Amino acid sequence: MSTFAYFPHTEEDIKVMLERVGLSSLGELYSDVPPEFIHKGDYDLPSAMTEEEVRRWFENLAAKDTRLVVFAGAGAYDHYTPSVIPYITSRSEFITAYTPYQCEISQGTLRYIFEWQTMICSLTGLDVANASMYDGPTAAAEAMRMCVACTRKRNTVVASARLLPAVLSVLETYSRYSGINLVVTDDVQEAVAEGTLDLAGVIVPSINRFGIVESHLGLADLVHQMGGLLVEYCDPSALAVVKTPAEWGADIAVGDGQSLGIPLCYGGPYVGFMACREQWMRKLPGRIVGQTADAAGRRAFVLTLQAREQHIRREKATSNICSNESLMALWCTVYLSIMGPEGMRKLNAICYERSHYLKEQLLATGKFEDPFEGRTFLKEFALKPLCNAEKLQQALLDAGFFGALPTPEGYVTFCVTERRTPEEIDALVKVIKEAAL
Amino acid sequence: MFDSCDSTKDVQQSLWRSTPLNLPEVSEPDVVRHYTNLSQMNFGVDTGFYPLGSCTMKYNPKINEEIVPQFNGIHPLQPAQTVQGVQAVYDFMDKALAEITGMKRFTFLPCAGAHGELTGLMLMKEYHLRRGDTARTKVIVPDSAHGTNPASAAVCGFDIVVVKSRPDGLVDVEDLKPLLGPDIAGIMMTNPNTLGLFERDIKEIASLVHGCGGLLYYDGANMNPLLGVVRPGDMGFDIMHLNLHKTFSTPHGGGGPGSGPVGVAERLVPIVDVPKTSGFHGNFGVILRACAYILTIGRENLKMAGPLATLAANYIKESLKDSYKLPIPTVCKHEFVFDGLADGGDVTTLDVAKRLLDYGFHAPTIYFPLLFHQALMIEPTETESKETLDAFIDVMHLIAREASENPELLHTAPHNTPIGRPDETAAARQPILKYSFD
Repeated sequence: MSTFAYFPHTEEDIKVMLERVGLSSLGELYSDVPPEFIHKGDYDLPSAMTEEEVRRWFENLAAKDTRLVVFAGAGAYDHYTPSVIPYITSRSEFITAYTPYQCEISQGTLRYIFEWQTMICSLTGLDVANASMYDGPTAAAEAMRMCVACTRKRNTVVASARLLPAVLSVLETYSRYSGINLVVTDDVQEAVAEGTLDLAGVIVPSINRFGIVESHLGLADLVHQMGGLLVEYCDPSALAVVKTPAEWGADIAVGDGQSLGIPLCYGGPYVGFMACREQWMRKLPGRIVGQTADAAGRRAFVLTLQAREQHIRREKATSNICSNESLMALWCTVYLSIMGPEGMRKLNAICYERSHYLKEQLLATGKFEDPFEGRTFLKEFALKPLCNAEKLQQALLDAGFFGALPTPEGYVTFCVTERRTPEEIDALVKVIKEAAL
Repeated sequence: MFDSCDSTKDVQQSLWRSTPLNLPEVSEPDVVRHYTNLSQMNFGVDTGFYPLGSCTMKYNPKINEEIVPQFNGIHPLQPAQTVQGVQAVYDFMDKALAEITGMKRFTFLPCAGAHGELTGLMLMKEYHLRRGDTARTKVIVPDSAHGTNPASAAVCGFDIVVVKSRPDGLVDVEDLKPLLGPDIAGIMMTNPNTLGLFERDIKEIASLVHGCGGLLYYDGANMNPLLGVVRPGDMGFDIMHLNLHKTFSTPHGGGGPGSGPVGVAERLVPIVDVPKTSGFHGNFGVILRACAYILTIGRENLKMAGPLATLAANYIKESLKDSYKLPIPTVCKHEFVFDGLADGGDVTTLDVAKRLLDYGFHAPTIYFPLLFHQALMIEPTETESKETLDAFIDVMHLIAREASENPELLHTAPHNTPIGRPDETAAARQPILKYSFD
């Protein structure tokens, strides 16, 4: 046997294989490489570890991270993961497969992507969804590019300054290098109504970075009148109860599937989603799965509309995307299957009740003002602390809580998911009440 | 709660959903059965040999999967003092990848290979812009390049200039020379290229491109044969990405999540973190798995990874070259390309690929690269035993015999899979892209 578990070759195997190739050493396989490029000596890396040593290495590191009770959101939400999900998604037939190029032996992957597309359409109310994107912010950036592609020769996209910071920074990056004129503004209606822009699209949040459910009444008509497309950035968990992008009249919906039971895991892997009206179907980036039949008439799923994609269209493709986040799309698909429509409604009701309870309790401490009184929110909200925001966050950290995320306006945000128990909420309030801030 | 027709607002003004939500209403046992059954219609690396060219379908170690849940509870915006363990993983990976590639610093934001390309091209643009060099609007891409290369350059706002390959499959240096000038931002190359050939003129190419003020981008999709042997940084590359889901053994997950960290040479280090191309810190869960792989393989075994992958490819190539057309007969690296059957009649590469499925093998990459009409691009990896390679070779010979004796059997393949060849034209002409609830 070989000395390393992942390399199955014996010395005899290597000898026989080299003979077949007509060479006498492994080194000769690199005879076409200029000798000065062959790395000499050992790499400066650790010596091979046993499985148990690897496990211990990570356990030691994980112990250096502080375990905190999360009262923060801002694009990453601490929802519960039903145990069915990791059980299903760790099946090696799913996890060790590649992009389903050979559909006859990939019906499992193709079928769950078809289900994902269906569920994303159900949540957003739109007609067509793709097989997934890297994350919510990159999905927003692709939507920005899609607005420009759909409206031809128009090059300005207006984005609400109330989008999440993570979304805005990725939009700014993509626009800077691809030459799209991105206008970030507090008042989208006003910027669009001026009518001076070569408007390709508008991107607004369904729920903004202060947690407020926004009204987009009349916005779609205005944007369409000016010749642009309306994009809504959504929390898919909340879409079970808040007005859908389709109901607001949006053309494209994007967002991050993380809130559908994907663990926080320091920011990834998550999964972006994108849906649009049928009219723009052929401008979508990424993979799309379609239903057809084989010669015997059996239902079959395939990758379709591939004439949009990079491996066929090269520089004329709708996007450069190749791999997406398929396994995380499966994650969300299993989640939504377990939860069902009633489960999603109940989940949102619990988040609503507990977050409103926390907000009342915090205001009752007398240490906050409410800058958004009367505005509707679901699980995340912003308050103006009447003390030093940094000290506030530190006091919480010291007590084992992560919350009170500062915003540039001097507010702090809190998020309460169904995982936060009434006891944890009361404990957090107690810390703030008693802290000398 | 959440009622769209409450007393104060009508449906139009309401903030709540009025459309019914169509989601499955099923029990937990039925969910488990449904997805278990779906998984059984799938083929993965754990099922069998997966010689998909340019995809590096190596074994995905199981210990790597067990590491991730320990870090599940960490919020991406937690302050630095509460995530010292996480930071140590990033620091280790930055140093380890720099050592393995000869680059100086890495950014871990990109979530896939193509995402890495885009991030790398943004760095290329940023570098020129910061020097006031605004005229560099073109990127050179070889005609053999992965489709993502020109697509990524286009997304980054560059014009694409194609450099031709010579009949021996390598970039034509004479064709390259007249393309170079003050409008060239850089060249994108993968080395070995998509024919599995080492670009032996890389030193001259690097010197020519640098000479005109351009930068060299290395597409790390084909890094596996160089693992432990050759470092892109030493060959003169300024920017590169790695596919952790190829070279560093993390699972492909049916098409993601991947991770495409981008490394840069010294002069680009100050700007490496400038392009914010994903929401938080990249796919940390994937980076963890790659980290576990590096610790397990260690410096001793790393040196063998590239050579054993390269040996496997050459072994298959030499064993099958009488039955399949081998347009370029020289020593290959991790992969090589056949141009269909040597004596196939009307049996196409698609037919061969579909017949392979009947015999329990995944098909190679087909009809890529575009340089050959019947391309079959085969990439075994270092984790495949000689017995597996021999079984594949036997079946490929058998299929070649079937092609001459019973071509119809191949035209109608596969026969032993959950479905037969589907009507892809109908799928694209009248797209059905979701379930209908009507």
